[in-house]
Amino acid sequence: MSIELRQVSKRFGSVSAVEDVSLTVADGELVALLGPSGGGKTTVLRMIAGLEVPTSGDLLVRGERVNDVPVQKRNIGFVFQSYALFKTMSVFDNVAFGLKIRNTPQAEIEARVDELLKLFGLDGLGRRLPHQLSGGQRQRVAIARALAPRPSVLLLDEPFGAVDAKIRQELREWLVRLQRELHVTTIFVTHDQEEAMEVSNRIVIFSRGRLEQIGSPREVYEEPKNEFVARFIGVLNVLELTVQNGAARLNELSFPTHGVPEGQTLRIGFRPYAVQISRNLQEYPHSAVIRHVYFLGVQLRLELETPSGLILRTRIVKDDFLRQGLEQGSSVSFQIREYRVLSTGANSLSPEVATVHSAANFAEGI
Amino acid sequence: MAAANGKSRRGIEEPAFIRRILIGIAVGFVGVFLLLPLANVFAQAFAKGWAAYLQSLQQPDTRSAVLLTLLVSAICVPLNLVFGVIAAWAVAKFQFRGKALLITLIDLPFSVSPVVSGLIFVVMFGAQGYLGPWLDSKDIQIIFAVPGIVLATLFVTFPFVARELIPLMEAQGSDAEQAALTLGATGWQTFWHVTLPSVKWGLLYGVILCNARAMGEFGAVSVVSGHISGLTETLPLRIEKLHQEYQSVGAFSAASLLALVALITLGLKTWLERRQAAEQAFGQSDSPSSHEH
Repeated sequence: MSIELRQVSKRFGSVSAVEDVSLTVADGELVALLGPSGGGKTTVLRMIAGLEVPTSGDLLVRGERVNDVPVQKRNIGFVFQSYALFKTMSVFDNVAFGLKIRNTPQAEIEARVDELLKLFGLDGLGRRLPHQLSGGQRQRVAIARALAPRPSVLLLDEPFGAVDAKIRQELREWLVRLQRELHVTTIFVTHDQEEAMEVSNRIVIFSRGRLEQIGSPREVYEEPKNEFVARFIGVLNVLELTVQNGAARLNELSFPTHGVPEGQTLRIGFRPYAVQISRNLQEYPHSAVIRHVYFLGVQLRLELETPSGLILRTRIVKDDFLRQGLEQGSSVSFQIREYRVLSTGANSLSPEVATVHSAANFAEGI
Repeated sequence: MAAANGKSRRGIEEPAFIRRILIGIAVGFVGVFLLLPLANVFAQAFAKGWAAYLQSLQQPDTRSAVLLTLLVSAICVPLNLVFGVIAAWAVAKFQFRGKALLITLIDLPFSVSPVVSGLIFVVMFGAQGYLGPWLDSKDIQIIFAVPGIVLATLFVTFPFVARELIPLMEAQGSDAEQAALTLGATGWQTFWHVTLPSVKWGLLYGVILCNARAMGEFGAVSVVSGHISGLTETLPLRIEKLHQEYQSVGAFSAASLLALVALITLGLKTWLERRQAAEQAFGQSDSPSSHEH
């Protein structure tokens, strides 16, 4: 394994930024550190780089403890959110900086920088100053500069935060391709779950300095370990129900329970795609009215309102929506195909692993 | 200033006569109180021709005053340059208790009357001062000697470089320095290759102002100097003495040298302000979140 954190914590004065985080990143992986701002993900990245020193715990690179190795000796490439280009130096000198510092022979520097500029689509721009570049170009210079001394790891802090939406999409795809070509272990920080899902092999989810879950994009989406993860990754409908007469109930909805005591509160969650709707009011057991239609492209997101006023979100393919002759205000019947229990009791963000109920099990309950 | 003028013309248009009156007052004031005296300095200096001008500058006491002034600024400017960079670095890059107090104290020489600054050194190092007897026993003379003049000038010109650099370095943050560290640079390499180039215009600006003040300082130096012709007289003190002795050409010839320093300083200052403005506009485009000007 390439990088390992063992029970790493970081405190700034009395504020705890990172608490007891353990994780490993294998060689060649592309890992996203995901979480809301202030979640501690950037601090983790900066500790790996050596820009912050852990308060406790061990940081290992290729099995060797590097807690006390200064930033200069760690051989990591770090790309700052602001890019932090050297504004008085040309693009060439920016990219060459790490090599010059290492006293690399001039011919070698030129070859390496030219190679990178070409690879990054920056050839011909070597003599420009950073302020003469577009946002996307600046970012590529920042990445090229970080990669020039052939670091063992590439760390990127919110790499797509400062560019506009259209370029962002291109940059994402470009980064994935680049990483595959260069095969350099890459860790990047983002607060955008879509970005993390799309770009990375594995996602590490943080909140309030704690590690909530590590997994592939599919794992964290389909099997979130807790409500925080479930809500943070994708859209989630959450209902708080009370157990009465052997089933968890909220207004007209009820879900079967297994051994949960009467009167207990229960939170369940389900993805929009789990809510199936039909124009045929007899097809599914519940009824609702389409309150809002959000156009997302091929798919539409619908907001349903049940007679008792519960709001549920669902997704439907546009063709299907049109074929059924649905529109805003239409009455529909619906069912919830699958769901998971997020927590029992009033504790809303309990990290306890949720139980999955199968669709079959669920059907008899309705 | 030019940009502001253009803007106000479009937005809130004043009646033409008000505009003319205001511009007339401003230009008239500058003309009467600034340009006329300046022109007069040169007119008086050359009143008896080139030969008299050069001759009066070659008086031994005037020459030694010029040399002393050059010596004092040659000592004070580098020292305050080093101090200014260190202070700006400390304030801009570190968080510590008493930082606001330090910034205020750096400004102190600006708010204290130069005469008081001079008196401080007399009280400290003079014959009746705190350290006077001890210095006397070691046969070290500070007051009424060159060391006193250097100290007083150092004190008065203390804030120029630091004040110029602190806001500049604070606005730039430390991302670029951190980037240099991750690329393997040592602290010194980072300072030399990254920090210094990014503040060089501001630094030069501070140095030029510092130099102008070091050469022109009168009050503080006057108190500690003792006015010994040929020994402890700087150029401003020499001018005063010549003037009191009714040596009009001599006084104004010497004054023309200081006026020349002022004009050169002004020219360099204007040029540097433009460079700096260009650089800061770029700094802004580099980090969209920064709203510093």
